[in-house]
Amino acid sequence: MVENYLRQSALAHLGLEGRAATDEAEAPVRLHERVLPAAVNLRGDSDDPGFLEAVKLAAGLDLPLAPNTTRGDERRAALWLGPDEWLLLHHDAEPDAESRLAAKLREALAGRHSAVTEVGESLACIRVAGPRAADVIAKGCPLDLHPSVFGGAGRCAQSHLAKTAVTLHQVSHEPAFDVYTRRSFSDYLWRWLSDAAREYAEA
Amino acid sequence: MSGRMRLPHGGQVDHNKPLNFTFNGKSYRGLTGDSLAAALLANGVHLVGRSFKYHRPRGIVTAGPEEPNALVQVGEDPRSDPNIKATQLELVEGLSAASQNAWPSVEFDVGAINSTAARLIPAGFYYKTFMWPASAWKTYEHFIRRAAGLGTSPSQRDPDRYDKTYAHCDVLVVGAGPAGLAAALAAGRAGARVVLVEQDHLLGGALLSASEELIDGNPALDWVRAAETELRQMPGVRILTRTIAYGAFDHGFFGLMENVTDHLEEAPEHLPRHRLWKLRTKQTVFCSGSIERPLVFADNDRPGVMTASAVQSYVNRYAVKPGKRAVVFTNNDSGYGAALDMVAAGIEVAAVVDARPMATGPLSERAEAAGLRILPDRVIVGTEGRKRVSKVRVADLNAEGDGVVGAVEEIACDLVANSGGWNPTVHLFCQSKGKLRWDETHACFVPDQAMQASQRSAGAANGSFGLASCLGEGAEAGAAAAADTGFDAGAPVAAEAEDRDFLPGRWLWLVPSDKPLGKKAKHFVDQQNDVTAADLKLALREGYISIEHVKRYTTTGMATDQGKLGNVNAIGIVADAFGRPLPEVGVTTFRPPFTPVSFGIFAGRDVDDLLDPIRRTPMHAWHERNGALFEDVGQWRRPWYYPQYGEDMHGAVNREVKAVRESLGVLDASTLGKIDIQGPDAAEFLNRVYTNAWLKLDVGRCRYGLMLGEDGMVMDDGVTTRLGEQHFLMTTTTGNAAPVLAHLEDYLQTEWPDLKVYLTSVTEQFATITLSGPNARRLMAEISDAELSPNALPHMGFTAARVAGVPARIFRISFTGELSYEINVPASFGMAVWQTVMTAGERYGITPYGTESMHVLRAEKGYIIVGQETDGSVNPLDLDMGWIVSKTKDFIGKRSLTREDMLKPDRKQLVGILTKDPEEVLPEGAQLVEQVLKEPPMPMLGHVTSSYHSPNCGRSIAMALVKGGLAKKGETLFAPLEGGKVVPCVVADSPVFFDPDGERMRG
Repeated sequence: MVENYLRQSALAHLGLEGRAATDEAEAPVRLHERVLPAAVNLRGDSDDPGFLEAVKLAAGLDLPLAPNTTRGDERRAALWLGPDEWLLLHHDAEPDAESRLAAKLREALAGRHSAVTEVGESLACIRVAGPRAADVIAKGCPLDLHPSVFGGAGRCAQSHLAKTAVTLHQVSHEPAFDVYTRRSFSDYLWRWLSDAAREYAEA
Repeated sequence: MSGRMRLPHGGQVDHNKPLNFTFNGKSYRGLTGDSLAAALLANGVHLVGRSFKYHRPRGIVTAGPEEPNALVQVGEDPRSDPNIKATQLELVEGLSAASQNAWPSVEFDVGAINSTAARLIPAGFYYKTFMWPASAWKTYEHFIRRAAGLGTSPSQRDPDRYDKTYAHCDVLVVGAGPAGLAAALAAGRAGARVVLVEQDHLLGGALLSASEELIDGNPALDWVRAAETELRQMPGVRILTRTIAYGAFDHGFFGLMENVTDHLEEAPEHLPRHRLWKLRTKQTVFCSGSIERPLVFADNDRPGVMTASAVQSYVNRYAVKPGKRAVVFTNNDSGYGAALDMVAAGIEVAAVVDARPMATGPLSERAEAAGLRILPDRVIVGTEGRKRVSKVRVADLNAEGDGVVGAVEEIACDLVANSGGWNPTVHLFCQSKGKLRWDETHACFVPDQAMQASQRSAGAANGSFGLASCLGEGAEAGAAAAADTGFDAGAPVAAEAEDRDFLPGRWLWLVPSDKPLGKKAKHFVDQQNDVTAADLKLALREGYISIEHVKRYTTTGMATDQGKLGNVNAIGIVADAFGRPLPEVGVTTFRPPFTPVSFGIFAGRDVDDLLDPIRRTPMHAWHERNGALFEDVGQWRRPWYYPQYGEDMHGAVNREVKAVRESLGVLDASTLGKIDIQGPDAAEFLNRVYTNAWLKLDVGRCRYGLMLGEDGMVMDDGVTTRLGEQHFLMTTTTGNAAPVLAHLEDYLQTEWPDLKVYLTSVTEQFATITLSGPNARRLMAEISDAELSPNALPHMGFTAARVAGVPARIFRISFTGELSYEINVPASFGMAVWQTVMTAGERYGITPYGTESMHVLRAEKGYIIVGQETDGSVNPLDLDMGWIVSKTKDFIGKRSLTREDMLKPDRKQLVGILTKDPEEVLPEGAQLVEQVLKEPPMPMLGHVTSSYHSPNCGRSIAMALVKGGLAKKGETLFAPLEGGKVVPCVVADSPVFFDPDGERMRG
């Protein structure tokens, strides 16, 4: 068994944990890192009922089939990334959750053309929450995040935020968004978001 | 008292809140709610600048964004902005502004000599005078710019912060006058998401400057306030004041600049100064109003000559008397509004000079009834006064309107309010490529066909000038726009009001004088660019026919002016001169920005360390703590070398390179691209994208591959490992990770959809730690549970095992030529494993090395770097890598390799280069020649691609692309360098300078 304390999240070097505690719950925008998500990228044929069934049995989640929709909740979720591609997420999980999920999926999908790839280590997740959360994201993301267009909680989309590629997952109506980016970009994105949120900090 | 010309009460200013400001170093007081122009006029200051070319004294002409003269420099360096229109600048406590086009001062201006030399500065003067010799233009330009004066740029970096944001709405309403408010109300009530943009800080538009308009029986501003209250309560409506819609682009995209803090005495630290809104709208309603057209009469540019509507604005909105004794000059009914408002404010109106034969129209009749002195069928033929108009000269107009007759009467005055009609503000409509139509009745261009179906115009912007029309059209357009985005607005309810416009009119483009045009007087068409009617006529005489050419030649309506005041007059004058109907002359192109915008908004927060992402590996913080100097590789920041105390780059690299060869080095290779390839056809897929064979690669084995573009040129290289029967891991060069994945997906999705293969980027899933050196296996044995014997894990072998207790993938591959292990661990463990490696490796003197040492080590082995030895024009045969190109199978780029040009013997080929003097290190990029001539040019054979001092070879080594190089082995070439130095060198037998048999890495 590998010691979990040896792991470092993408933003570990910023020492955010001490800062997060001082965040006020009523702040117009709150940023924090959701550390070390377990994640599996899944490719397969959504027209194949056997594939969908096998995934459901292994992952305990139905795969969303409509574009930019999700299944699950903010702890465990399946995000639609493309007609044959999903991101399965598991937050606050045991350190080996990612490899166990991948193994279960591979076993369930054996013999079926599909791809199960662990990707959680490559991701950073920044939670942007609060009444002005969408305004902060809009400063660098061309998508229309208004609920009438984006669809509100439970929707996801892939776009860019500032100069990084991101996957957005709206997890609550508050609104709150989980912003996934590649690990190496997270330091830049955190600094960018902090700067963008600055004008609301003293509102 | 906030100025001697201030009315005791009234207007949209706060008489109880005075503000202090300075203009040209002198202190004044204004009121909260003033524009700088209003505050200056309240203090009796008309003279605000000198004209662009002739340096004539110039005063405030308008009360809006069309202002041609009152362009000021605001603030002190580094917070200093040029080209700010005093008519738009909100007064704030402590504001300091200065005339920007006068030297040494606006009162005494050296450049005014140009005015007496005016005959020497005709249209096209620059083109004619400064053309020869062409090389001298840079010298001329310096002095022209200084003399012309366009304000000055700050000398230091901008200390303020700027913001930019995307935004979206259903209906964009540009302008919050009566039409805009009615449109926003209609769309907002229907439930649409509305953005209402207003350049002013108050809503109401022209109503703010009106004296006694009624809406629904009440004062118009009551209706404005009620509308604002209602709009602010609608959650879907966003009102942006102090915001200019500066540009309209394709597909409902608009650029807006919001002024967030300039109007605040102390700008809060957390707020940006300006904000760029990148707005995407489904529907647009242009309610941008109209701009009053001045009359083009002789010496119409003296301070104190203003548009009639500006005079009304200063009197009614700002409670300022712009003069004591005024003459009104008009050719339509609306000029009389200014006359009546001035009388009401206690300004003496000496006369109303009316070009029309009879003073008809509702306001004219009221003025007549009020007993004003009206002089019909007459025009102003000249003005006098040095820094302020002191009198006008008036004469009878002839029947044709092209000359004057009879005696000239002189009327003393300090203010001339003039009106030549009204032009709808169609800038955004035209930027959107909308077509205009000439409205013969109102003598103006009005919107005709919108190019973008989602766009409507309403109110004065649409050529409907009456208040009732504005309210009605606005409500209708707002409702229709909402309906087109799926919101039912029902039948719009229009507020009621009077519906008079400015008719009738007698349209004069050029007001005749008693002197010949251009003699002893100037008829200014464009005051900002100092263009006169005579200039236009000269351009026509010189053969310019197209209005676009006339514009450029004379500069009328150029730059920040964008023809707001003068363009239609210019077109009218050109049409008359040609004897053609005005619409046949056409209009010039309207370009963004409508008014100047700050550069800061386009940069936004993407400056300094947010300019571009800095990609960090999981071990980045270690490199920082241990003194690494970094190198940018794409967006990655990689350790370049790790200097120890007192060490220079050369010393550090020598030490690192020797450590790898003698004991053990460690490299952070996490940035290498990694693509996970799965599927039954994965091997076949690789077989098609790489030049060599892949079908028979055993599981657990690695292979080097070369990837070509369709053109047969080397695109990328890297090692790919077979992890399972249907599972591969490809590595790419750091910089090409994303392009290679896109290239592979492109082929998979469009060329070979039948192949069952899935690709997933896993570059960042792993931290990659490369151990390299004779002691690599010893250290691995201590920290890993892998079976490491050469039989179990041979060169180009792979195994999964634990390293430092962490599950890892171990690849025995080498880019240094030493015994090497590339260890991939989950990224979150990267730092912990790296630290374990460093601690455990101490006994071997483990040495972290950076990209520079990596380059030297691989060059010693003759390994290429794609992008250094290749540049997109190099094929595998050029690299002498024919051994990796399959003769039997097909692959991307294969057909191109058989093109005639690809087989020519004199292509540039990669060879090793050794300088005759082993201490001499050639500069990379140095050209190689066979024969050195006295001076360039001389026939060049190629250039050095890589060059280093190699401590392991004890001399310099280099690689070069040389024409026919493979046939030149042993020959002497020369590298002529800067400064006349020539370095003789020899083409080496092989570019592999170290351990040519590869025993070290296979051991």
